[in-house]
Amino acid sequence: MILDIIHILVLIGLIATAYLAVKLRDLMACAVMLGIFSFLLSLEFFILQAPDVAIAEAGIGAGLTTAIFVMAIRKTSRWEVEE
Amino acid sequence: MMSKIVRTQANFLYPFILIFGFYIVAHGHLTPGGGFQGGAVIATGIALVIVAYGYDRIKSWIKKSTLTATESIGLLCFILTAFIGIGTSFFYNFLANSGLLFGDRVSYGVNPGYLNTAGTLPIMNLAVGIEVLGGLGAILMYMMSYGKEVDK
Repeated sequence: MILDIIHILVLIGLIATAYLAVKLRDLMACAVMLGIFSFLLSLEFFILQAPDVAIAEAGIGAGLTTAIFVMAIRKTSRWEVEE
Repeated sequence: MMSKIVRTQANFLYPFILIFGFYIVAHGHLTPGGGFQGGAVIATGIALVIVAYGYDRIKSWIKKSTLTATESIGLLCFILTAFIGIGTSFFYNFLANSGLLFGDRVSYGVNPGYLNTAGTLPIMNLAVGIEVLGGLGAILMYMMSYGKEVDK
């Protein structure tokens, strides 16, 4: 029962962070939202009893891709501009 | 280079991330995770320091050539460990139950898992961990080395 509630909360968090990553204008906030998305996805993998995949997702998704996004944003523009 | 808060946090967290990554690599045959996952966690620590300090200060601490050499050394260790058992077959586990390094017998029944078992598997986990650490670190360093930082 408590696991089901955590499961549903994680899924709601996944949808919310994915929506915010598309909608926000601050690209640094978008990168952080994608990091949170990857962290929640690794939590979801752990709930579904795949801890191996969860560690890989936490390391690659939440760690390395967020770092690469931050590097790319610092070398370009931080704000999304209208064409 | 980021603010002093970020740099202090990076200094504090860096050794713990490294230790956790090497723990995952060393316990690859007992617990979830293995060479790839542990190497990715260690590369996350490198990424933290690179983001906190910026490429201009990092490039004297971590060399790109060292990281690519580390990647090659890991792959060579893996393939050499596989070739040592070629007398029986490729990837033959010649160390298992031999009493040498990582050669203890596993007792039957429920047990917490012993580190000194499983033969060549821990050695191959270490090789893959070193290789992934070098490869992902080299990706980060090359990603950081092009272009200029824009002041906003």
